[in-house]
Amino acid sequence: MIGIVDYGAGNLRSVCKALAYLQTPHCLVRSPQELEAVDRVILPGVGSFGYAVERLRAAGLFDPLMVWLEKGRTFFGICLGLQLLLQGSEESPDVLGFGVLKGESRRFQGRRVPQIGWNSVEFESSCPLFAGLASGEYFYFVHSYWAMVEDEREVAGWTDYGVRYASAVGKGCLWAVQFHPEKSSTAGLTLLKNWIERC
Amino acid sequence: MLTTRIIPCLDVEDGQVVKGVRFEALRRAGDPVELAKLYNEQGADEIVFLDIGASYRSRRTMLEVVERVSDCVFVPLTVGGGIRNIQEMRDALNAGADKVAICTAALETPELINEGAARFGSQCIVLSIDAKRVGDRWHAFAKGGRLDTGVDAVDWAREAERRGAGEILLNSIDRDGTGTGYDLELTRRVADSVSIPVIASGGAGTLDQLYQAVVDGHADAVLLASLLHYQAYTVADIKRYLKQKGLHIR
Repeated sequence: MIGIVDYGAGNLRSVCKALAYLQTPHCLVRSPQELEAVDRVILPGVGSFGYAVERLRAAGLFDPLMVWLEKGRTFFGICLGLQLLLQGSEESPDVLGFGVLKGESRRFQGRRVPQIGWNSVEFESSCPLFAGLASGEYFYFVHSYWAMVEDEREVAGWTDYGVRYASAVGKGCLWAVQFHPEKSSTAGLTLLKNWIERC
Repeated sequence: MLTTRIIPCLDVEDGQVVKGVRFEALRRAGDPVELAKLYNEQGADEIVFLDIGASYRSRRTMLEVVERVSDCVFVPLTVGGGIRNIQEMRDALNAGADKVAICTAALETPELINEGAARFGSQCIVLSIDAKRVGDRWHAFAKGGRLDTGVDAVDWAREAERRGAGEILLNSIDRDGTGTGYDLELTRRVADSVSIPVIASGGAGTLDQLYQAVVDGHADAVLLASLLHYQAYTVADIKRYLKQKGLHIR
């Protein structure tokens, strides 16, 4: 069963609707007990880094999720759900992320912020998350901070917005994307289906 | 590379798409759910729904429309028209909208922008400006273009950005539904004054005018209604043309 972590993130409902459209059973995870009951986790998220960490801690979910990630269990992060995997963010300097990927998120410079719209993602054709899609495919992005991932081997997709940054990451059973597959029409649905079936 | 967004706008009243000229003389243009599906298939980058009915019943019908669209169309959806407070923003988001557009309520209570951004994130809050030329400036109008607030449209865009709006939806009342082209001067003034994205709206009648809105008006996205609803062009036609002209288009 796929559990979608519910800590008040704005895109939760869209993610549920996309999974329903793909006829994939899923449930909401609001407590450590509910996390125990699922074997795959989706962490959605829009909004500020510090606020998200605060909400996850308030729900008692931060530490159990950290354990989940350290054990290498199946995980998919969306948008802020990618950035939270990093050690921290310029946005909330005193707040620690999960830190399973080395690096931090930084604010875009010299462009319109937030980046809103469809941008292309470059990836290796062998990447299971992007199966059936061609490198350069467009996905829908909304964000003001970009993930600076130190180890390039953990980067599964690259995007350019004044800076070339990690728009998809993969490490074992851990996957995350900066864009919104649940709002990226057929390409996004294909990617979600890939994660469900191949990752 | 980030692409220029092509955004169909559905003006909805009591569950039907309508489109007016200079905000009046409404004509029926179709079922919003069917149109949203069609535009998605044609490659629309987002879809905007504006409730122009402004009655309780029209609002409820609108939310049902958004609910139905968001079950089967997976592109960003914006809902606007008569949204007055945080609760109504929440209702729209709960129905399946990704963003809400606010206009009159923000002019009356600018703090609504701050509150909305704090609750739902800046990316959710689209400030809609209905601008009309008055002398050598543009004023922001309220109440569906009927009330001149005297507020300078460019200043208002800047203030909205400071307060946390994520985007500006800039509609020219003078050009709305006329097909005479976007107000390029207005669009450029606003786009050059803020660092958040600006969506040009009002007046598209030819494909070249869309191109001009981006190249001369510095818009990040273009909103379309009449050009699409009466099947003059499909979204795919428009994208093909703009791509040929050298714009980055999905």
